[in-house]
Amino acid sequence: MSSFTINSRTSDSVDILELTGELDAHTASHLEDALKVLIDTNRHKIVVNFTQLAYISSAGLGVFMAYIEDVRALGGDIKLTNMSDKVYNVFDLLGFPTLYDILDTEEEALVKFTS
Amino acid sequence: MLVSASTSQIAEVRDFVGHHAEAYGFSAEDVHDIKLAVDEAYTNVIKHAYKFDDTKKVQVKILTGEKEFTISLSDEGVAFDPSAYTEPNVAERIMLRKRGGVGVYLIHKLMDHVEYRNEGTHNEILMSKKR
Repeated sequence: MSSFTINSRTSDSVDILELTGELDAHTASHLEDALKVLIDTNRHKIVVNFTQLAYISSAGLGVFMAYIEDVRALGGDIKLTNMSDKVYNVFDLLGFPTLYDILDTEEEALVKFTS
Repeated sequence: MLVSASTSQIAEVRDFVGHHAEAYGFSAEDVHDIKLAVDEAYTNVIKHAYKFDDTKKVQVKILTGEKEFTISLSDEGVAFDPSAYTEPNVAERIMLRKRGGVGVYLIHKLMDHVEYRNEGTHNEILMSKKR
C-alpha cells in the first residue's frame, strides 16, 4: 500500500508541510485534509517541502490545483520546494512551473514570504 | 495480475509493472514514467469505469516484444471515449478550482503509443514504450 506522511512545522507566520513517501490517488486526501485545516484556520502562507517525496501522480498535483486560487485570493500562496528531478518533471509536463512558485529550497520560499 | 479496483492497490500495481520494466532493461527514468502512466490509467479505471466500486476487478498484463514493452489494463466498466478527449488547459482548470483531468494527457506524454479497445462490456487500454 502507498506510504505517505506529512510533518507540519511553522516558521513565524509560515506553515511548512514536509511530505514523505508516495503521493497518489490513495494518499492525496491526506494532503488535502492538511491543506484544508490550514486554510480554514486562516493560515495562507504555506510552503510544501518535497525533499522526502519519492513519487507523485496527477491525483497529488490535483490537490494543489484545487486550492491554489483560494489561498492566493486570501493574500497567501502555496510555494513548492526541494523537488527531486523525477517529481519536478511531472509538474513540468503539465506546465506547473509557470503557474506555481517552485523553488530550490525552503529557505528561498520563507524569504519570499517575509520580504 | 488481477487486482481489485481500489486505490489501496495502486502501489502494488506500480511495483508489479516497475519490476517487469526494470527486468526488460529500461532506465530508472523510463521505469518511473511507465509506473506513472500505469498509475494514471489504473486510477482512471477506479474513478471513471468503476466509479469507486472496489468489488470490481482490473486485469493488468505485460506484453514484451523485441523492441517494445506494453502494459494492458482491462476492465468491464464504463468505457472511455477517446474521441471525446481534448488536451486539458491546466491554467483554466486551476482558475475553476478543478482538480485532475490531466491523467490521460500524462499517459500520452509518457508513453510512445496508447491504444484503446472496446468489445461489448470489455475495455482495454494498451500503453507501449520502445527501448
